[in-house]
Amino acid sequence: MRDVAVVGFAQRQMPEFDGSPTCVELLVPLLAECYEQTGWTRRDVGFWCSGSSDYLAGRSFSFVQAVDAIGVIPPVNESHVEMDLAWALYEAWLKIQTGEVDTALVYAFGKSSAGVLRRSLSLQLEPYTMTPLWPDTVSLAALQARVGIDAGVWDEAAMAEVANRSLTDAEKNEYSIRKGGSSVEELLARPMYADPLRKHDCSPVTDGAAAIVLAAGDKAREVREKPAWISGLAHFVDPMSMGTRDLTRAPSAARAAAQLDLSGVELAELHAPFSHQELILRRELDLADDVRVNPSGGALTSNPMFSGGGIRIGEAAARIWSGEIGKAVAHATSGPALQQNLLCTLEGRN
Amino acid sequence: MAKQPAAVVGVGQTHHRAKREDVSMAGLCREAIDRALADANMTFDDIDAVVVGKAPDLFEGVMMPELFLAESLGAAGKPLLRVHTAGSVGGSTAIVASSLVQAGVHKRVLTVAYEKQSESNAMWALSVPLPFNMPVHAGAGGYFAPHVRSYIRRSEAPTHVGAIVAAKDRQNALKNPYAHLKNPDTTVESVLASQMLWDPIRYDETCPSSDGACALVIVSEDVAAASPNPAWIHGTVMRSEATTAAERDQVNPQASRDAAAALWKQAGITNPLEEIDAAEIYVPFSWFEPMWLESLGFAELGGGWKLSESGATAMDGKIPVNCSGGVLSSNPIGASGMLRFGEAALQVRGAAGEHQVDGVRRALGHAYGGGSQFFAMWVVGAEKPSN
Amino acid sequence: MTRTLSAPVTVAFDYTRSTGPVIGRFLTGLRDGQVVGGRTSEGAVVVPPPEFDPVTHEPITDFVEVAPVGTVTSWTWVPEPVKGQPFDRPFAFVLVRLDGADAPLLHALDVSSPDEVSTGMRVQVRWREERVGSITDIECFEVATESGPTGVEAIGDNPVTGVIVPVSLDYLYAASPEESAFYRGLNEGRILGQRCPTCEKVYVPPRSACPTDGTPTSEEVEVSQTGTITTFCIVNVPFLGQKITPPYVSAYVLLDGADIAVLHLILGVPAAEVRMGMRVEAVWKPREEWTYSLENIDHFEPTGEPDADYDTYKHHL
Repeated sequence: MRDVAVVGFAQRQMPEFDGSPTCVELLVPLLAECYEQTGWTRRDVGFWCSGSSDYLAGRSFSFVQAVDAIGVIPPVNESHVEMDLAWALYEAWLKIQTGEVDTALVYAFGKSSAGVLRRSLSLQLEPYTMTPLWPDTVSLAALQARVGIDAGVWDEAAMAEVANRSLTDAEKNEYSIRKGGSSVEELLARPMYADPLRKHDCSPVTDGAAAIVLAAGDKAREVREKPAWISGLAHFVDPMSMGTRDLTRAPSAARAAAQLDLSGVELAELHAPFSHQELILRRELDLADDVRVNPSGGALTSNPMFSGGGIRIGEAAARIWSGEIGKAVAHATSGPALQQNLLCTLEGRN
Repeated sequence: MAKQPAAVVGVGQTHHRAKREDVSMAGLCREAIDRALADANMTFDDIDAVVVGKAPDLFEGVMMPELFLAESLGAAGKPLLRVHTAGSVGGSTAIVASSLVQAGVHKRVLTVAYEKQSESNAMWALSVPLPFNMPVHAGAGGYFAPHVRSYIRRSEAPTHVGAIVAAKDRQNALKNPYAHLKNPDTTVESVLASQMLWDPIRYDETCPSSDGACALVIVSEDVAAASPNPAWIHGTVMRSEATTAAERDQVNPQASRDAAAALWKQAGITNPLEEIDAAEIYVPFSWFEPMWLESLGFAELGGGWKLSESGATAMDGKIPVNCSGGVLSSNPIGASGMLRFGEAALQVRGAAGEHQVDGVRRALGHAYGGGSQFFAMWVVGAEKPSN
Repeated sequence: MTRTLSAPVTVAFDYTRSTGPVIGRFLTGLRDGQVVGGRTSEGAVVVPPPEFDPVTHEPITDFVEVAPVGTVTSWTWVPEPVKGQPFDRPFAFVLVRLDGADAPLLHALDVSSPDEVSTGMRVQVRWREERVGSITDIECFEVATESGPTGVEAIGDNPVTGVIVPVSLDYLYAASPEESAFYRGLNEGRILGQRCPTCEKVYVPPRSACPTDGTPTSEEVEVSQTGTITTFCIVNVPFLGQKITPPYVSAYVLLDGADIAVLHLILGVPAAEVRMGMRVEAVWKPREEWTYSLENIDHFEPTGEPDADYDTYKHHL
């Protein structure tokens, strides 16, 4: 395997993006930031891959205009996944592993506020016997949360603890759109929303975009003193059915963890759009108690669809570049109730 | 660093029809997958990862349908990727699946692309009016017809060339048991007599709307050793440009020319007309055959129509194009590109049945999408690549 | 004034889904007032039946009728239902393991407050009177009664092979700031482009990123209302959602002063006489009908000038 590192990262997150669902105007400054961080121009990028969803934008081929932000004369080596940024990164990492290219820039975008997000996501379900009932994302997560509470795997206080820590950490993240921790008691005193979830247990509807730059070997060393080397990258999917899955578990996350070396991880950025999902992930990754979880505030405080997972990788990488930590694990999820999971370990060495 | 060698050892496709009312989406995909696995002499247990491709989610009204399909496609507990690059997606998906093997990450990858167009209506899905805009847009035909007109003007092609291509592909489809359209009576005259839909494109010069799927099994060098006839991947390429840009060449886009140049270089080909024995080119409207022949370098600029008119692209011609009947005979949009890639593999494996061209050593699979701005291509060969 | 113009869009289609044999069997059961599960190779009865066995990957063929009564294994409260859900007032979503099944089914429960639902409670199916072979043939679950659910009779003897699933999503579509400037210009009877500072091409409409070099277009340029048809097509096809009655000519018009053509409608000349190179001008709707839209220009029609020479527009094809 070639040594590949994350060497650039830019993000924007907001409650409502005042712009088009193609997000081109949002991507232009993000790409500019990536060029500034790397000292590259677009012509130094060997491969491009983006992630987005037509159903977020409400129109077919919503991603085609995004390439305008690159400037595509001369044409580019480019692909697109109808998935989160983290999987776009995976495709780019593969491309570098084949030896065809040495560098890649991946980006993703989504204007969740253009529709009713929790309703639009019902379209993601089994279309014959689930979607006709329009089960919204929040309800599905709440059904999962209840199963764990009933089974004694977690409780509302543990969920509130996750939320409180996230809201507190988010105060230091300029991109978080919900912030301000208080105490577990105060959070538990707040009203129920989708019982057993309170609003702070659910990620806020977020618009946004993000971009990540990858480079192999010396190309990475030229950009950063401490590139965030991708020492492991694995992803798996579980069946969708809410009936046949053990909802207290995420086998695909455990399977990905088993493929990676998580020893010595100091920090975990976990893509948990609902508070109890962080608890599931910590168990599946078997994280030690001293591992710092989601210092960015995580998805509970800002979760732009289709970039929310990749942002976890970017956040972890930024802390490696700065020398703050030496090893991190980043996680991305997709589908209802943690159906699909990706893990990436990053290490700061020269 | 060189790519790890990779080969196609299994190809499967559905019987393509306007409406496959006998199957669900999962059933449609499984029909192709089960054939591909049987062809590869494998079961799901042998597969390391699954890559799914399809065109816009609005076609079937399911957002990221690979998630609900995961279990039926045998992907549960495995890595699953979903590619979407407009009409080129079937080709791009095969390339992403190849890269999993070429990167040395996996040894046996299953890839499937599908479209169940009968669940909705493609013209609707592609032409949902946008506020503030002029609603003159009329599906893919409406989009491409002006560019076909530009080609005819630019190349001074006689107007019956499109009909020659359509009649050839429809006759080829009669030799393909999976093809959607089976009209033995199609002739150049009957095509010319068909209704003008999007002038200058006639009804019989357009692709059908199909339900269908295609699946491939792509494996590493050591696994391919067990196959009697692997189709080795000699080159893959993807290129993208903008849908609309000032002075963009929409007849012969730069992304297409660049992609072809990069592909031939990778595959060590200097004269495609001489060195490629069969080509499966994405031709949803008949005129795109001469247009792409020029862009791909099989003909000089302005000479594509002469090649088509001369019969060189017929099954017994110098460069047989779309012996399967092509997109003009079966068009499950998301799968159409993978069908081109798969049919190219069948040709070099000598497994194309009645539409097999004798002695194919190297074949081209080609797909394009969007407003002719996304391109995916591969060259497969009967021999292991030397580079 | 907000930065961007926006307008509502509804993306709606009644999807015609073919079910295949397994889901078809399940939906046939619902139509006939039965809940049918599928037995997997490991012996579990799953409702709805999975199409393929999770272990052997073979199609599920062993169908088992389960009871219309079962136990809640999880629930949540829906305080703000969204369009299309089983109730338009607050209700519960539940996972219900029906007696005879090993895996729970997702559906709605009709209770009036979260205090009336709990894990472990017994619930029963409430059948819809008009059943068509759809998951909504179960109107919802209700608190189990001693007499059990009201029985219903089978409705037909043809197996269900398809189901219609209406999907309607409402969006607020926003134009980009650059496009918004263009549409605002149209509201004043002007056609505004912008020049790319890098390649100096004039884009109509202006772009958030020049597709050639990725730079936002900036300097405003008002272009002429007269231009040249570069290429066109005559649309003879009627299709769902179409707003203009065919046949009509849709053409790329390269306005004088612009470096990219706009797509518009050509009238005032028989379709068969429209030519590449024809000179045309904008014909506006009456001013009182103007909005922020390219539709303010009703169509383009010939100016009567001699056709433009091919060489003047051939690089725009």
